[in-house]
Amino acid sequence: MVSTPTEVTTSEVLAALAAIPDPELPAIGLVDLGVVRSVEVAPDRIVVELIPTFLGCPALELMCAAVRDRLATLAPDRTIDVRVSHAGPWSSDRISSTGRAALRRSGIGPPLPASTPIEVDVPAPCPYCGSSRTVLENAFGPTLCRQIRYCTACRQPFEQVKVL
Amino acid sequence: MTSPLAPSIGADLAPEVRDALAGLLLALADDEFVLGFADSEWTGIAPILEEDVALSSIAQDELGHAAALYALLGRLTDRDPDAIAYDRSPAEYRHARLLDHPRGDWAATIARRWLYDTADGIRIGSLAGSSWQPLAELAALIAREERYHRLHVGTWLERLAAAGGEARARLLAAWEDLGPDAATVLAPLPGEASLVEAGILPLPSAELDRRWREAIAPVLARARLPVPPRPRAAEPVRSDHSDAFRRLHAEFTAVRRIDPAATW
Repeated sequence: MVSTPTEVTTSEVLAALAAIPDPELPAIGLVDLGVVRSVEVAPDRIVVELIPTFLGCPALELMCAAVRDRLATLAPDRTIDVRVSHAGPWSSDRISSTGRAALRRSGIGPPLPASTPIEVDVPAPCPYCGSSRTVLENAFGPTLCRQIRYCTACRQPFEQVKVL
Repeated sequence: MTSPLAPSIGADLAPEVRDALAGLLLALADDEFVLGFADSEWTGIAPILEEDVALSSIAQDELGHAAALYALLGRLTDRDPDAIAYDRSPAEYRHARLLDHPRGDWAATIARRWLYDTADGIRIGSLAGSSWQPLAELAALIAREERYHRLHVGTWLERLAAAGGEARARLLAAWEDLGPDAATVLAPLPGEASLVEAGILPLPSAELDRRWREAIAPVLARARLPVPPRPRAAEPVRSDHSDAFRRLHAEFTAVRRIDPAATW
């Protein structure tokens, strides 16, 4: 029996992955988050390699399942192979400028450059008013990738994606 | 807990190096697993909400590090990582004696975390330069995350030490209890010489211990806390476990014993 596989391009796969929200930061998609390391489209399969953010991140399995589901809909006649790799690791610098803008709009401060020292007194701009008169309230937050800051200018507490 | 069907590795290593490497990975993984599990007991009952969040996150990080280390050990020894984590008797765990103490009060938790995090930071930072690439890569990832633990716990240690009154008294009591076991984290492991020779362990344990003491000296001087004593020679520090650990073990293996196939 001969079957013609549906036409699927790499950019269509990337567009599908970009539309999958991060389970813990739904304002941002997987591609803008920078966790998609590679995509390979073969006649019989699609291989996606994901890189985890924090090692203990429980969202990784949800991301893998979401990728499998979305690509199975896009290309029902191909095997969907989702792999997780630690090589060439994720860094907060991998979040795209589109992703950073989306985080800011949702009230979450994007991460500072990865070279920033991990200290208490590092100024970071408030996503609401833009002031850098903010203080670190807690190096930890509701998920492993976030910390809690407070803006002394507009008196608004906010979350910020950690430097990694 | 693990990525499926990861290929096995390390077939090119000499048997005695492989055994020593497996022992090193087990010690690293058990340290993170046992401490992470013990500290997760604060979830819901920490002194303030921020600490509930912080200690829970730190514990979650440690369990994530343990899972990655057990997965690497599983690939090296061709075993299921969950079986390594959950199916051993208490005597088969290889965490350092510092982690054998019960969770204790808040001062004891901070004291232990600080002693452990400073020693582990030296150890894991050194392992990022390991000649064995899978360990070097993983150690580099763990080291990045541990910076946040040291920032948080270091701030707490200095505050408790400077506070005087009951806070300082409790910290000193914890220090007296934990201090003698602090150096067990960096005590030599079996087969260390072969790992150093192969470059898998970039630095011998004596050098790690020296660097650790140098790094913590200024903080201890500021906080007016005694320097932890050197380990007593030739005594097992990773195999002779306490009743407190046996109770913790009974707790963290409970689900696995009830239903080995359980997933969640």
